[in-house]
Amino acid sequence: MELFNSESKKIINDPINVNNPISLQVLGICSALAVTIRLDQAIIMTLAVIFVLCSSNVILSLIRDYIPARVRIVIMLSVIASLVSVVDELLKAYLYDMSKQLSVFVGLIITNCIIMGRAEAFALKNGPSKAFLDGLGNGLGYGMIIIIVSFFRELFGAGTITLPDGGAGYVLWRIPEAWYAAGYENIGLLVLSPGAFFILGLVIWGQREWFGLEEDV
Amino acid sequence: MMNGLEHYLSIFTKAVFIENIVLAYFLGLCSFLAISKKIDASVGIGMAVVVVLTITAPINWFLYEFLLDKGALAWLGEDFANIDLSFLKLIVFISVIAAMVQLVEMFMERFSQSLYNSLGIFLPLIAVNCSILGGSLFMVEREYTVIETMVYGFGSGVGFFLAIVALASVRYRLHYSNIPVRLRGVGMAMLLTGLLSMAFMAFSGIDL
Repeated sequence: MELFNSESKKIINDPINVNNPISLQVLGICSALAVTIRLDQAIIMTLAVIFVLCSSNVILSLIRDYIPARVRIVIMLSVIASLVSVVDELLKAYLYDMSKQLSVFVGLIITNCIIMGRAEAFALKNGPSKAFLDGLGNGLGYGMIIIIVSFFRELFGAGTITLPDGGAGYVLWRIPEAWYAAGYENIGLLVLSPGAFFILGLVIWGQREWFGLEEDV
Repeated sequence: MMNGLEHYLSIFTKAVFIENIVLAYFLGLCSFLAISKKIDASVGIGMAVVVVLTITAPINWFLYEFLLDKGALAWLGEDFANIDLSFLKLIVFISVIAAMVQLVEMFMERFSQSLYNSLGIFLPLIAVNCSILGGSLFMVEREYTVIETMVYGFGSGVGFFLAIVALASVRYRLHYSNIPVRLRGVGMAMLLTGLLSMAFMAFSGIDL
């Protein structure tokens, strides 16, 4: 199979646009909201999810013929849990500050429904190379949404834009003091939990408007 | 142990209202959004979450305290006192949860047919509900004792129950309102959850 024929492009593109895991499949929302207070957290979380999603998809796709249907949930969970433990230990070793900030939410990648959902819906039915592309596409789709949400939450809530580095984050830009002096104020609500729900709701609305998609209720 | 009962009551109230597991920590949102379309189903999954969280949190506490934590194996003898198995906690916790969900399902099928029929299809879903694993992870992070863990698990379950039933009732009423087409469904549910979350934030000033 050629790597970049139209079918594999579709496997990668669809989850980013018209079949986005967060805004259209409605999977993996828990972590999407919890780690979006700052941009750097969202970026690290995206990388962690892409790693786990691609590897779990490939592993499960390789062993898909040997998994009995009745116990597949337990097998999927143990594969995913092992991969997440690896990520957790790696973060603790190399990005300790970040792993403290993300606290339990790294562990909760296990129950991130995107990973179980894609394993169940795609990896158990397709070959490893396709499963890898599907994992990559869904990981990028997830990342796109949480990076947009965290960008708005951090910029308007805390007045900074932070990129990840080895320690506590590198502040790329912050709103100048002169703006505050002129009467500008941060929207404190965005840093709190309701703000996350509002921004994500609006992003979902915007994306559906953009692609002209709707949901039958 | 001064004011024992009051202490547990405050953990419970905190878990239900002030630090609601759905509205403040964003856990269990997948099933929260997917199932809150119907009130009956919401009550069902809410009850199942209460049961499973109350059972799994203390079990995981025992496992963590006597097998996984640094120095937890000291009861086996001097040689084991320095072993730190806490990196295994994710795998152990999730297996316990998956196994408990299966057990609860079998138990219900045997002893309470009516409860089984109403909860049946929701139980397997709960194994991958983040609020259950989250409950166990928070218990480790906050270093609760066993009774605190039980109270916390039960309280978190009740919090989930309250939140999902509340959202389901609001969504039920929305059937008759004129929402922009593309906002219908998840988008609107998100905005509503934001409002609910704001309402629950009113409790956050309470100091227990």
